Amino acid sequence: MTDRFNLYRFASPATFYPLAGTLIPYFAAIAAVFGIAGLYVGMLVAPTDFQQGEGYRIIFIHVPASWLSMFIYLVMAGWAAIGLAFNTRLSGMMAQALAPTGALMAFLSLWTGALWGKPMWGTWWVWDARLTSELILLFLYIGYMALTAAIDDARRADKAGGLLLLVGVVNVPIIYFSVKWWNTLHQGSSVNLTKSSMAETMLWGMLLMAMCFWMYSIAVALMRVRTIMLERERHTDWVKAILAGGEQ
Amino acid sequence: MLNIVAAVAGRDLKLAMRRQADIVSALFFFVIVVSLFPLGIGPEPDLLRKLAPGVLWVAALLATMLSLPRLFADDHRDGTLEQLALAPHPLGLVVTGKVIAHWLVSGLPLALIAPVLGIQFDLSTDALLVLTGAILLGTPALSGIGAIGAALTLGLRGGGVLLSLLVLPLYIPVLIFGAGAVDATVSGLGGEGHLSLLAAMTCASIGFAPWAAAAALKIALE
Repeated sequence: MTDRFNLYRFASPATFYPLAGTLIPYFAAIAAVFGIAGLYVGMLVAPTDFQQGEGYRIIFIHVPASWLSMFIYLVMAGWAAIGLAFNTRLSGMMAQALAPTGALMAFLSLWTGALWGKPMWGTWWVWDARLTSELILLFLYIGYMALTAAIDDARRADKAGGLLLLVGVVNVPIIYFSVKWWNTLHQGSSVNLTKSSMAETMLWGMLLMAMCFWMYSIAVALMRVRTIMLERERHTDWVKAILAGGEQ
Repeated sequence: MLNIVAAVAGRDLKLAMRRQADIVSALFFFVIVVSLFPLGIGPEPDLLRKLAPGVLWVAALLATMLSLPRLFADDHRDGTLEQLALAPHPLGLVVTGKVIAHWLVSGLPLALIAPVLGIQFDLSTDALLVLTGAILLGTPALSGIGAIGAALTLGLRGGGVLLSLLVLPLYIPVLIFGAGAVDATVSGLGGEGHLSLLAAMTCASIGFAPWAAAAALKIALE
């Protein structure tokens, strides 16, 4: 260790690889602690909703998944901006490592939303503004993953994907508001999602679960970025050393 | 600055005119897709009138998509694109010229034939006018946004399908307001608000999208 701690040192895959390896167990452990606490509060402490009964408890998965699906897209766009501006290798790898988790969160949000909608609204799907924009977000994730998968050259994949992410992030608010206005034009507000009278324990359960999902996403993204690094840097000495060490 | 835009647009138009079959086939794709819907749904005029704006707009999105891969591919294949990128002019202006030419050969014909197809769907005169206006105003945005997708997928395998995966989600706002303008006119609300938003989206995408597409081209040409 040098006498002055330099964060930029970790922009290199060779130094970030061991750091990520050290951090993964911590993030995984924090995710587990928050998950247990969140599920305890959500399933056992939070009161039964007077309108929705026990079925509402799916929001402890649904809401964190929706938050994370949007947040991860923003984080990916942030990495893309850094990658395009400073031409760093790690940024593109991080964006690619985050994408499957983000898509999973978007899918989970839609799926749990459908499971919640069936008993509450009597239908699996409505063309509500939030549902529709979440679906479009899933499309954007799939487009990004399809583009990066189609490009063989890793650096070009990073940059092209990064540009697509930036274009997407500019478009997300436009899409959201157009879907919202479209929805209000087509049908009255037959569906109202606002829950003003939420019990405090419900909110706490949701926040704990959101922390759990957040930490889980970091842990999984770090695991994924480690494999991406090994794959891309396989010609380098440090990867060869790791692989040789692993085989012994 | 405008010279380079006009020069590139003129060149692309001349090239397109030498191969008019491409323009005509995209146009007939539009006509055929639109004509398939009544066959699938049934000939009730009330139902068709209600579906017409959406059907025409979705078909217009797909028809625009068809001609997008060729926006840069031909120039990429024979090396012209690299020469254009090396030229002293900003690449964004070159792309602007190509986008304008693309709209003239793909968007404009759609707008011109749309009223005829609208009559098949029993739309009123007002609705037909608004439909034509909406397609005229909205298709430049499709060409602009599409240019980004075309540049990103330049030279990739499965480029066409990939292009639609990237671009169609970004087309959603244009679809919503384009079809919404006709809907609003039919229901008596007036489509001016929708048309204004369409015009705003077109201005924004003609202004900004070529620069994003130019950045994507530089990535592809590296």
